[in-house]
Amino acid sequence: MKSITYIFSILFVLTIFSCSDDNDDNPEDLNKEIEGLIKVTEISNDEHIIEIYSTQAKLYQGYNELTLRIVDKLTDEFITNATLNWMPVMHMTDKNHSCPKSEISKVAGMKTTYEGFIIFQMAGMMNQGWDLTFNYDVDGNSYTAVGDIDVMMSEKQVVTVFTGTDDVRYILALIEPSDPEVKVNDMFAGLYKMESMMSFPVVKNFSIELDPRMPSMGNHSSPNNEDLVYDASQENYQGKLSLTMTGYWKLNLRLMNENSEVLKGELVTEENESSSLYLEIEF
Amino acid sequence: MAQDIPADSIRVVDLDEIILIGREDLNNQKQDKPLSSVDDYLEKSSRITMIKRGNYAWEPAMNNMNSDRLAITIDGMQIFGACTDKMDPITSYVDVSNLSEANIKSGQQGAEHGSTIGGGIDLKLQKSTFGEERWDIGLDTGFESNGEAKIFSGEFNVSEDNFYVNTDIIYRKSGNYYAGDGIEVLYSQYEKYNISATAGFKTSEKGAIIGSVIYDRANDVGYPALPMDVSLARAVIGSVAYEHFNVNTEIDRWETKLYYNSIKHVMDDTKRPDVPIHMDMPGWSDTFGFYSKMDWNKADHHMIFKLDSYYNRSLAEMTMYPNDSEEKLMFMLTWPDVRTFNSGIYAEDEIALNKRENIKFSTRLAYQHERVADEFGLNSLQIFYPEMDDSRDRFLVNLSAAYSINNDRSKWNFSAGYGHRAPSVSEAYGFYLYNSYDNYDYIGNPYLNNEKSAEANINFDYDINKFSVGAVASFFYISDYIIGEIDPELSAMTIGANGVKIYTALDYATIVNTGLRMSYKFLNAFTLSGSMGYNLGQDDENNSLPMISPIEYGTALSYRKGMFNAQVDMKGATEQTNYGENYGESPTDAYTIFNINAGSNFYFGSQQLLIKAGVENIFDLFYSTYADWNGIPRKGRNVFLNISYIIK
Repeated sequence: MKSITYIFSILFVLTIFSCSDDNDDNPEDLNKEIEGLIKVTEISNDEHIIEIYSTQAKLYQGYNELTLRIVDKLTDEFITNATLNWMPVMHMTDKNHSCPKSEISKVAGMKTTYEGFIIFQMAGMMNQGWDLTFNYDVDGNSYTAVGDIDVMMSEKQVVTVFTGTDDVRYILALIEPSDPEVKVNDMFAGLYKMESMMSFPVVKNFSIELDPRMPSMGNHSSPNNEDLVYDASQENYQGKLSLTMTGYWKLNLRLMNENSEVLKGELVTEENESSSLYLEIEF
Repeated sequence: MAQDIPADSIRVVDLDEIILIGREDLNNQKQDKPLSSVDDYLEKSSRITMIKRGNYAWEPAMNNMNSDRLAITIDGMQIFGACTDKMDPITSYVDVSNLSEANIKSGQQGAEHGSTIGGGIDLKLQKSTFGEERWDIGLDTGFESNGEAKIFSGEFNVSEDNFYVNTDIIYRKSGNYYAGDGIEVLYSQYEKYNISATAGFKTSEKGAIIGSVIYDRANDVGYPALPMDVSLARAVIGSVAYEHFNVNTEIDRWETKLYYNSIKHVMDDTKRPDVPIHMDMPGWSDTFGFYSKMDWNKADHHMIFKLDSYYNRSLAEMTMYPNDSEEKLMFMLTWPDVRTFNSGIYAEDEIALNKRENIKFSTRLAYQHERVADEFGLNSLQIFYPEMDDSRDRFLVNLSAAYSINNDRSKWNFSAGYGHRAPSVSEAYGFYLYNSYDNYDYIGNPYLNNEKSAEANINFDYDINKFSVGAVASFFYISDYIIGEIDPELSAMTIGANGVKIYTALDYATIVNTGLRMSYKFLNAFTLSGSMGYNLGQDDENNSLPMISPIEYGTALSYRKGMFNAQVDMKGATEQTNYGENYGESPTDAYTIFNINAGSNFYFGSQQLLIKAGVENIFDLFYSTYADWNGIPRKGRNVFLNISYIIK
């Protein structure tokens, strides 16, 4: 009996210590929340610094999955209860436009981090670059932060902008596989409509026919690919991509609307080496 | 049952054959070309055809079945080639310098060394015996006009009461050979050498330890029938055995051997000018194994018991270099690091019913575990087989029974058998293996069942003094016959290939092999012999199988007196009418070629000189046979000279 009391008292002490640890917000523990990520840039105003993290050191043309963290300049502490909106804008000589993006949400199970994605349809150029505006609320106060961001050109075509036969401008971006392998890969793609210069809603319930080819191997194709269909929960298009070897693959696509009318792209045949709608992978 | 091959090159028809290769037999002048390759020696067997992809490393086929259906071993050791395109049959990793004989057993009679359908070939290494103190040095050289082939070989052997050592080295080099009418066959060159050493130590009156090492290396080997050549084919083959003699009154011999061999094979196409894309295709095959074999005599029974296991690792990869050098290299695993563990028991009992009659039973039971060890490789195959497991187990059974009766003048042998074989690594796990024969890429099939064969054989010999005739017939009914089938949905990987075939199994296939032979001795020194063979192979829809011999025939007149011998022979085949059109085979034309050779032995005290010379394809005929991959032509006229010098 005595020993049980002893054990319980130890457990009690341990519990107290571990709780107080949590409350301490030990910076080392909190840094685990950005483990494996690289800080791309930060955008600040007088009150806060918004740190932007990605798996890569830079922002690239195409799909960018981003993790955010807000630091209070005064206390050096992380803001854990903000609600954020963002607006990337490309400033061109004659016009400004935005790009497809997600909402920003708190990362599940994390204290300090927020997440979202942006699909840059073009890279920044000389004298015409991207900036990123955050409008956010913390404890009932509204703030704004704006900063320029560098968006690098992707080596391969991972995003494409085109006009369908329905005269609508679309943006199609490769989301997965981000790390392709010789296997049957899950393939995700985002499809957006250019409603206005600043509005890019998700296109729902279309389908995308997939025909991956290796132009260097006599247009070799792979078996057991699955065409991409709309996934309502993730609001993107999902299918299967078989890659039989490493190297350069051209993912020939055909976009079809709900009525299975082809809006863009052609079938690959002996005569027609590739579709006008395609994405690229090289690994 | 075993019979020597007579001096002529006419094929002998038998269920069991022993082809003698060693030096003792060189001295006996049994061979028309002593320094010919192991392949040439094997081709003398009526059961064996060598499939040629070039001038080097021919693939043995037996009973019209390719090497996947055979159990081929070197001194009982399992060795597996490292080339996905069968450019390195294991017979290419030994040479005449280190062999004493090739033990050839047809069908289920050949299951001693492995689960087989077509038969077994065991290449016996040359070993001295303990006993008298002696030594000898042998030097050989050969030259062939066609391809300017050069052969140099040397050996040194010592034996004492408790100890012996055999060492040898052989070097061969050939340029491109010329087919009939002086047409050069490009990329048919080769260069190889082979070094081996065997040593035996007697540990007691009844026991001995025998160790053996072979190093074989070929470079710059051309394969005119294929789009690629070989820059390196290298084998290291080692073993240690303990032999226990006269264990007791019943057990004659009990041999236990541990072995290891490692093969590296590198295909490359850098010397080919017009390839659509350059590629490297290295392959590795490593095998550990052991066997323990007991010869047991009890009353009228002669029994063999054998326990054996091996573990093989086969890995092959392909890297392709895009013409646009900015592009990343294209890489795939063509053999996904397949680990095969096989363990079996073999038992044989030969019973003398009386002075004339014999019966023989044999069985092999084996367990095989296969595993794809490389995740990259497993992922690759799962593109085709999403539910595929990384491993699979198999059980293999082989059974045979034979009855023979020797009358005064006639001899009959009847036998029947049933057996399994596991699919080869390529058949089960190959990934885009290009086959230039039918111009298809092949994908393995891990779900293949064991191939099963039921066979029946009859063999008859009749002697009247100087005249003898023989006939043989074998019938194989093979169920789940493994072969590639076109999948029109799939896109070829190899540029220019017609498409993709997936290994699959036909319900059944049948193969019939028949042969006749005769020989007549006259005027004491002359022998006239002749033989003919007819074979038929059909799939389950009565279409011809590929690589089945048309009617073949041969005749020879040989003369032997004292130290001198000579022979003229003729060989040929009819036009191939039953060819595997559905399997991408093109028919071959009829041909007849003539050869002549003569040789003599000279003795100077303890020294001996053997000279042998001859002309092959005397009339320089341009021809190819059904076994020539992609119809590459055979050698035109070739004049050869072999000289052996032995000091004892």
